[in-house]
Amino acid sequence: MNVLVGLGGSDESDKTLRRTIERTQEVGDELTVAVLEKPETKRSQDEMYDVAARLLENERIDAEIVRLEGDPGSALVNYAEQGEYDQLVIGGGTLSPMGKIQLGPITEFVLLNAPTTVKLVR
Amino acid sequence: MTRTRTYPDESVGSFPSPPSTFEDRDGRAIEVRVPERFDGDALEDVVEMYVEFDPTDRAQGIPPTGRERIETWLEAIADYSVNVVASHGTDAIGHAMLVPDVDDPSSLEDAADAEWELAIFVLQEYQRAGIGTALLEYLLGHASDVGIRRVWLTVERWNQPAIALYERVGFETTGAESFEQEMAIKLE
Repeated sequence: MNVLVGLGGSDESDKTLRRTIERTQEVGDELTVAVLEKPETKRSQDEMYDVAARLLENERIDAEIVRLEGDPGSALVNYAEQGEYDQLVIGGGTLSPMGKIQLGPITEFVLLNAPTTVKLVR
Repeated sequence: MTRTRTYPDESVGSFPSPPSTFEDRDGRAIEVRVPERFDGDALEDVVEMYVEFDPTDRAQGIPPTGRERIETWLEAIADYSVNVVASHGTDAIGHAMLVPDVDDPSSLEDAADAEWELAIFVLQEYQRAGIGTALLEYLLGHASDVGIRRVWLTVERWNQPAIALYERVGFETTGAESFEQEMAIKLE
């Protein structure tokens, strides 16, 4: 399967990438990693790019990493639409102090606009 | 990660303080109180309530289902939460709580320094009887008594009955950019 994973730059992104790599190793998916431009996150786009590159190298995964500029939700969906992807993977939300699952605006945009199957990683 | 939310300019006050007993719209005597400590039997009563809770009314993953997961969830937030419980006879039938949005709740010295997240659940057969509104008012009254000033919550955008309930007691919508609508109130 041809998988595109989108990363913002939060802790949620780290988990999403690690889980996706595990899955890739198990089933031999083709993986592309898209690092999004998302202000107000823990890591800058460059830092997230480096973290992703290091993780892929450590796990010996041969995956393409791309930087996507502009609004993260639409950039990701647009990129998925241009390529031959079977699945788009993004983080599955954060937990509030109460334990409520919270999905952000990017998640909502991707769910409502992506032409492919979307996987949310919890 | 702790972030600062937007709050209404006007603060809201004069909510009633628990304990109290009132009659719901179906004529049932409902007792509202603050457990002295939220552990042992007090916690167990509330766990029982959530075991009975119909999962079709879950919101954003809470309450979890199954006794064990319910206990884990409540125990994780028990120590630093503020709780108000509604009972009918010996059974807990409603629960409203506030949890501080801080990285280390044990170091929180002044309740006014934190933003508190609110959640409220009423057992299905006790809904639409005015208990939710009363429970919410008593929780906010108690919150005010213990020095809490800023309370927020998220609610699914399509859950109009819940949104109407929160608006009735003075919450204002402060964000609606995704599936969850954020609402907040400033207490006197």
